[in-house]
Amino acid sequence: MKRLSLAILGAAALSAGSAIAVQATAIEVTVVNDTAVLETRMPRALSDYGFFTDAAGQIPSANVTPYRLNTPLYTDSASKLRFAYVPKGKQAVADGEGLLKFPVGSALIKTFAYGEGEDRRLIETRVLLHRADGWLALPYKWNDEQTEAKLALVGARLDVDTPEHGTISYRVPNKNQCKQCHSIDDTVVPIGPKARNLSSDWMAAMVKAGHVDAMPQGTGALPVWEHRQEADLNDTARAYLDVNCAHCHQPQGKASNSGLDLRWEQDDPTSVGIRKRPVAAGRGSGGLNFSIVPGDSSRSIMVHRMGSDNPGVAMPELGKTTVDKDGVDVITRWIDAMPEKTF
Amino acid sequence: MNKLNRMCLAAGALLLAAQPAWAETITIAPGDGAQERLQEALILAEPGDEIVLEAGRFALTDGLSLDVDGVTVRGAGMDQTVLDFSNQMGAGEGLLVTSDNVVLREFGMENSKGDGIKSKGADNIVYYKLRVEWTRGPHEENGAYAIYPVESENVLVDSVTTIAASDAGIYVGQSKNIIVRNSVAKYNVAGIEIENSYGADVYNNLAVNNTGGILVFDLPDIPQQGGRDVRVFENIVVDNNTRNFAPEGNIVASVPSGMGVMVMSHFNVEVFGNVFAENATGNVLITAYPNETEDADYNPLPVNILVKDNIQGRAGYKPAMRGGEMLAAAFGGTIPPVTHDGNGSDIVVQDGVPVLSLGFTKPAQPFTEAQPSVVDLSGDADKPLMLKPIVLPEAMEAVVKQ
Repeated sequence: MKRLSLAILGAAALSAGSAIAVQATAIEVTVVNDTAVLETRMPRALSDYGFFTDAAGQIPSANVTPYRLNTPLYTDSASKLRFAYVPKGKQAVADGEGLLKFPVGSALIKTFAYGEGEDRRLIETRVLLHRADGWLALPYKWNDEQTEAKLALVGARLDVDTPEHGTISYRVPNKNQCKQCHSIDDTVVPIGPKARNLSSDWMAAMVKAGHVDAMPQGTGALPVWEHRQEADLNDTARAYLDVNCAHCHQPQGKASNSGLDLRWEQDDPTSVGIRKRPVAAGRGSGGLNFSIVPGDSSRSIMVHRMGSDNPGVAMPELGKTTVDKDGVDVITRWIDAMPEKTF
Repeated sequence: MNKLNRMCLAAGALLLAAQPAWAETITIAPGDGAQERLQEALILAEPGDEIVLEAGRFALTDGLSLDVDGVTVRGAGMDQTVLDFSNQMGAGEGLLVTSDNVVLREFGMENSKGDGIKSKGADNIVYYKLRVEWTRGPHEENGAYAIYPVESENVLVDSVTTIAASDAGIYVGQSKNIIVRNSVAKYNVAGIEIENSYGADVYNNLAVNNTGGILVFDLPDIPQQGGRDVRVFENIVVDNNTRNFAPEGNIVASVPSGMGVMVMSHFNVEVFGNVFAENATGNVLITAYPNETEDADYNPLPVNILVKDNIQGRAGYKPAMRGGEMLAAAFGGTIPPVTHDGNGSDIVVQDGVPVLSLGFTKPAQPFTEAQPSVVDLSGDADKPLMLKPIVLPEAMEAVVKQ
């Protein structure tokens, strides 16, 4: 019954011509299924949650707000559609420039896609559900018809045509792999929505809408990736490392044993990799002695591993199969610009 | 079914319930979809469950992972059940374990692109009768570690075989309370390595044809340091003369080929009752950390190292350490079987053999400043063994009695 009325609303919206605006009002009727977010052990289909009124179009339901990150994580050049769901009557709490503290019942949704407009193809949607006993990360894989995304507990390996890299063997992570990146001290946590990596405009709108309690200090401190040529190179590089590496490379992360700490706030040169010898890099070292040799990216393990697509060498280990050329470019310029003697 | 039968069945079930009542056995066969079927079982397992891998080859394309406490993964034997990663396309290891009380037993793993089996923050883990191997033999592009527990408390590695790791066959790092025994390490760069760990017994192993047989190291700039309390005893450490094929940059790349046991910048190590022979550089080397470091919390020196009651077979006939050729020439072709770089304190060698001292007075000194000489480090009196045996939780020892 509900589905039928939605279909009618959708049709009405389309016939009205200004689809988005009219749909936005029509959408008010669709709400997220809080039982799926909070209780159903592992919902089998993305549609069970009701995060979208139009899932294929990625048009969100009420209280599901799209967002972007100033500096995003690289995933084989896929475009990402991110959404945050905060249940009605609840609020995320600002925690300085760090991760917004989302209340129980919230969800973060991220869809990975290639192509634009009518050619856009949704590959997978990953959800992070904040339940009473903590966050749960689950991956959903879209079908070829683009009508539904089903739970892909064990992940998947797909041949995907991409505009930038041609056909690649794209990896949808399994449930455990979700956790490998999304964990601090073995507890699942979100990574992306830190205030410092969200725009002030977005945050202001969230505060105004009542989804966030207050404007966090330090909002938007990370440079906007597309504007990196105008930004401070050190900030750009450190933002890139924070977003792409620091979920593992920090004292409570998966790569804690490496002793490499690539968080934005880390200011000890050795911890960031400067003249730091590898611990367990194996052939990842590429015959080089230090993570970063100031002034010489060609002798820096960091650049060697970022520039490899060879499993066992390539960094990050998960979530990508191709090299992020723009990321390598930034880190290369950053290291080459380091004065050799200052550290 | 009549009532009596039901009662008998119920009684039988109770008797068998040594495992939690809900424990299940999930059997996985090799063949199509092995990657998905096995990974699904690893994800959906409940504590107490046993995942049984049937005999045969499992062709795998991505790293496997286990994050459920109390799960046993059991194969049909280290040569009968083989996880084959020859066509691996992603992930940094073949199998990653991140949960506690896990038992891995009786299967083999071949040709993973990175490490073999890694367990991180996985307390009370048992590795039993496993084989992890790179089948092409020593090669720079083999994975670094075959068996790789790290940041864990209570680690048991028993009756495993590791072959051709480009770093260490059995590597235990930044862990506490460790036993490595009854195992074979061959054709690795380091056969067995205990690194930045607190409390380890390494005994009754065979380390043969590695670059270095058994290493006890402590390194700077990593979260757990101050490695201490390691006993290396009753091992056979012979013929460790394979060329060093570790990529430069890794600390083991500095291990000279022909090394038996090497102790680097560590507290409280006892090396006793081992059989050493045919290690061309030397049977035992005790040394400071060889590189410059700015880590103020780090002690680069070996402290309180006792080498005692070992059988010292032929060694030192082709020393490959810095200045080795010159040293050999100076000592008539063969250097003593035990070398001490001169650094550290309380270094005692009571094996009835001469010791070569390199005469360094600080770590990371250039070889040109060496003052080589033969020294007697046996001290005044018989120095007793002081370190206590490692004791693991009974449940872990029970595993290897089954």
